[in-house]
Amino acid sequence: MDLTLDFLATLLDTALSIVPIAAFMLFFHYVVLRRRLAQPAQLAVGFLFILVGLATFLMGLEAALFPVGRIMVEELVAVSVAAVPDAGSHWTDYYLIFAFAFAIAFGAAIAEPALLAIATRVSDLSGGAIHAWGLRVAAALGVAAGVTIGCIRIAAGIPLYWCMAAGYAVIIVQTVFAPRVMVPFAYDSGGVSTSAVTVPVVTALGLALAHAVPGRTELQDGFGLLALAGTYPVVTVLAYAQVTALIEKRMLRRRTENPPPAPTGDSSQV
Amino acid sequence: MRLFWRMALGSIRDLAPVVLVILFFQAVVLGRPIADLQVLFQGALLVVVGLTLFVYGLEIALFPVGNSLAFALASKGSFLWLLAFAFLLGFGTAVAEPALTAVATEAAKVAAAAGSIADSDLARSHYTLGLRLTVALAVGIALVLGVSRIVLGWSLPKMIVGGYGLVIGLTFFAPVEAIGIAYDSGAVTTSVITVPLVTALGIGLASSLSERNPLTDGFGMIAFILLTPMLLVMLYGSVLAWI
Repeated sequence: MDLTLDFLATLLDTALSIVPIAAFMLFFHYVVLRRRLAQPAQLAVGFLFILVGLATFLMGLEAALFPVGRIMVEELVAVSVAAVPDAGSHWTDYYLIFAFAFAIAFGAAIAEPALLAIATRVSDLSGGAIHAWGLRVAAALGVAAGVTIGCIRIAAGIPLYWCMAAGYAVIIVQTVFAPRVMVPFAYDSGGVSTSAVTVPVVTALGLALAHAVPGRTELQDGFGLLALAGTYPVVTVLAYAQVTALIEKRMLRRRTENPPPAPTGDSSQV
Repeated sequence: MRLFWRMALGSIRDLAPVVLVILFFQAVVLGRPIADLQVLFQGALLVVVGLTLFVYGLEIALFPVGNSLAFALASKGSFLWLLAFAFLLGFGTAVAEPALTAVATEAAKVAAAAGSIADSDLARSHYTLGLRLTVALAVGIALVLGVSRIVLGWSLPKMIVGGYGLVIGLTFFAPVEAIGIAYDSGAVTTSVITVPLVTALGIGLASSLSERNPLTDGFGMIAFILLTPMLLVMLYGSVLAWI
């Protein structure tokens, strides 16, 4: 069977990238620290789950989602170019690509396993006060924004460092005003959102676009999308934290202004 | 087991946006039924199953191990061992990262096309290896910085904002063809294994130190992994351009 062979190959690749890390951790645990692990059987099962799960996941992406996605990007580029008689005359001609880039980057980041795991962790640590789903949507919107800005940048020929510096400037201002508790996770969210799904999707998008837009080269302009995808989630997660804090403050004020039992009707008639 | 089914439902919800985006653009924008609908759904099914198993495995194995390692390292009381562990973990995971190897190979083509290195197989493979070692060194340094910050209580915003300043500053000195790859190199190394592992370590370390809070002090390590490769790869590009 072709599929079994594919699976075994992916499993081997995955094992090659996980086993050294696991071995290093076990070595440190048993030899350097001379400690025993608490539940070795559960851990062994868990690592098996990680191995098989990751291999299955990657195979699904490679076998179906990535090829379909790649063909679609090429077709969309072709459609956008064909839609204008003077092909590629202005960067706004590629609006279809920008819409697709935004949507697919958002979807990829929502499916990102690392983001799922870490957002759940944050939610647990906050005792449920911070919602994992809200964090994930915020981070995914950031990835989508970063990738769209990156695509516009490629089409319009704006230098990469301008887009990065703009993101950094916004982050610095937000850092001053955002609630302290959320700042460290927000800084991490960029790296967390750019792993197994986002990196290949975004790379393929950049190469296809740089290839299609006249005057751009894949080698020079294909880079930079990932960097932006790793920068703008910080902006959106900080914004999410700011908005949630603002809503909470307003609700708190309303509660103190109208102490329960709240009078029905107009609140000015006290 | 109920947890497992709930996670499976969660995975379906997580994958739905990608599939919907593909179907929408295919049917509405391109106005054509998708050719391999069956292949698409088979792949989606594999992704859902894999995602569920993977996240479940993280919960029962990787997070506990990271936590217990951090506790054991902290209770050993040796700051040097902690730093050594952090550096080796960062260097080791980055140097073996397949996504980094792929991007480094691509970057060698850019450098050869720009004339920074000779356009031969040997020169390109040297450049690729140099790039991978540079990024691995940077990730090692990132984890050392992150661990030091948690233990010594340095201010994360000051360090990160300082790093942003250095990135933009170095951009004006680095050769043009090195900037794109440098900017991307950080995001490439934050893999699906590294992120949960490093986060588990940070949270474990912060909760094992009584004066640190896991939520405010445990995070921040990934942010360094995003920053230091940008700086070091730009330096690497500048040094190569001088020689």
